[in-house]
Amino acid sequence: MSAQATDITPAPPAKGALRRRLPGSLAWHIGSLAILAVILYPVIWVIGGSFKESGDIVGSLDLFPADPIVSNYTGLADGIADISISTFFVNSLFLAVGSVIGIVVSCSLTAYAFAKIRFAGRNLLFTLMIGTLLLPYHVLLIPQYVLFRNMDMINTYTPLLLGKYLATEAFFVFLMVQFMRNLPRELDEAARLDGCGHFRIYWSIVLPLCRPALITSAIFTFINSWNDFMGPLIYLNEPGKYTVSLGLKMFVDQEGLANYGGMIAMSLVALLPVLAFFLAFQRYLIDGMATSGLKG
Amino acid sequence: MGSAVTHAPATEDLAKGSEPRHGPVKSPRPAELKRRGRRENLAGYLFMSPWIAGFLLLTAGPMVASLYFAFTDYNLFDAPKWIGLDNFSEMFGDPRWRHSVQVTLWYVVVGTPIKLLAALGVALLLAQKRRGQAFYRAAFYAPSLIGASVSVAIVWKAIFSDDAVVDRTQQFFGIDAGGWTGDPDLIIYSLVALTVWQFGAPMVIFLAGLKQVPRELYEAADVDGASKLRQFWNITLPMISPVLFFNVLLETIHSFQIFSSAYIVGGGAGGNSCGPADGTMVYTCYLYVQGFENSRMGLASAMAWMLLVAVALVTAVLFWSQKRWVHYEEGGR
Repeated sequence: MSAQATDITPAPPAKGALRRRLPGSLAWHIGSLAILAVILYPVIWVIGGSFKESGDIVGSLDLFPADPIVSNYTGLADGIADISISTFFVNSLFLAVGSVIGIVVSCSLTAYAFAKIRFAGRNLLFTLMIGTLLLPYHVLLIPQYVLFRNMDMINTYTPLLLGKYLATEAFFVFLMVQFMRNLPRELDEAARLDGCGHFRIYWSIVLPLCRPALITSAIFTFINSWNDFMGPLIYLNEPGKYTVSLGLKMFVDQEGLANYGGMIAMSLVALLPVLAFFLAFQRYLIDGMATSGLKG
Repeated sequence: MGSAVTHAPATEDLAKGSEPRHGPVKSPRPAELKRRGRRENLAGYLFMSPWIAGFLLLTAGPMVASLYFAFTDYNLFDAPKWIGLDNFSEMFGDPRWRHSVQVTLWYVVVGTPIKLLAALGVALLLAQKRRGQAFYRAAFYAPSLIGASVSVAIVWKAIFSDDAVVDRTQQFFGIDAGGWTGDPDLIIYSLVALTVWQFGAPMVIFLAGLKQVPRELYEAADVDGASKLRQFWNITLPMISPVLFFNVLLETIHSFQIFSSAYIVGGGAGGNSCGPADGTMVYTCYLYVQGFENSRMGLASAMAWMLLVAVALVTAVLFWSQKRWVHYEEGGR
């Protein structure tokens, strides 16, 4: 009895605290949900719109139609300008996967040199690398175009992929350098004393430990490549080689007004791979993003 | 983690053990060090070779070429012809160029602060440990991944057009603006809204910064009776100022380079314009028009270099100013 009594006495303040905390918590959730509604609105809008008649999409305020139609999606089977939608997807997928392989290999090699090898001129090269991080891409746009044109590589995928295999994406090099520097030094020092060369250490010790940074870079690369518009716009001029972004732009130009529903449906379909990657790997993306800012 | 801890003493012993053995034999050391140094150099440059090739071929070389083109008349078909500063004087005298500068500056000056304020505000909200925090963080971050896509630009154009949602909302409040995307002055704000919609990326960085502020500081301030606002001003803001600096720098530089969304929302540069009355003719759009639609590669290169100078100036000013407002923690503990 007495034990119970002592148990009860601390309870009232706790209840009071709960009562005081509840409105705060409620306000927090209401605030968060309100922001969520604004954030998600365009996404819900495009999902709902893709099931509406073309004429009802812009003017109607209803998020979802009373009688949904699927002809916007089935119509996509006809393709755009006689080219099947799947062609654009295969092209985009080829570029995205090719970019991912290039970035993971070339940037991790570069990052290993910066993080683990003491060579003359390392600091200078590192400064140059950081400098390219802030360099506006547009300064390189025209001379690179001229270069690839002189090498007869317009309308091929080489201009869109070559840079990825030559570690020109400084952001990923930087991300991996930060990660590798934080690996325990003892591991590769021990390996060195055992007579391991740099390539062995890179391949058997550093790469496996860097998995999170590699995955983050791979996913970002995939998404960036998938979304890229300016690169394909400049280098590709044959619709059969177009990526999803360019195909979508062609759709807008050619039948955007006549087939508004199809355009909205195609916009959504084009986003699906990115959204799928996000749902599967959001932790890697957000953590990678967060660490990039902290060590700047 | 565990293996790292057990390895540490072992390597220390090894290092200690090898020390005396090398001690008495002094002469081979410098030579061996030299050899090892040379081997390290070789390995370093071998590992760096893709980057070095990329830097020379795709960055440094093109920059030099671009600087040269900026002083030439070059249409891709005939050899570049040296014309001195003519591209620059044409550029400065071109009302469309000045218009594109104005549109871009307006976009940067209005969009970036709103986006960063939204990011910081929501980060402060999410920094409170509550149920669903991770879910909201992920959901708010999602737009940053898809925001640059053609799809979202198409959706944006629809949402901000005449009689669509935004217009209807305005009509409800008695303002009939006729949609933003059809209005030369308003269309730029649909792009501002698009960049603010992507506040999630800087928000995630702010959140990571907020997590690193030591709790004890707030506890001490509570004991001293400091208000929440004072705590924000005197503790939170100085403590996250490095992160704030990073976000300001990156977002500003990125904003200067906006292209795809302006191009798509403005309806493409078809017929040489971008948006109604060039409403979304941002700097890079005009650069694209001059370079790739008008084949004025020399002029476009001069424009690109002006952009580089502008971005470099902004970067320099930000780095200069950080002495006054960015507090880096002193090395010790």
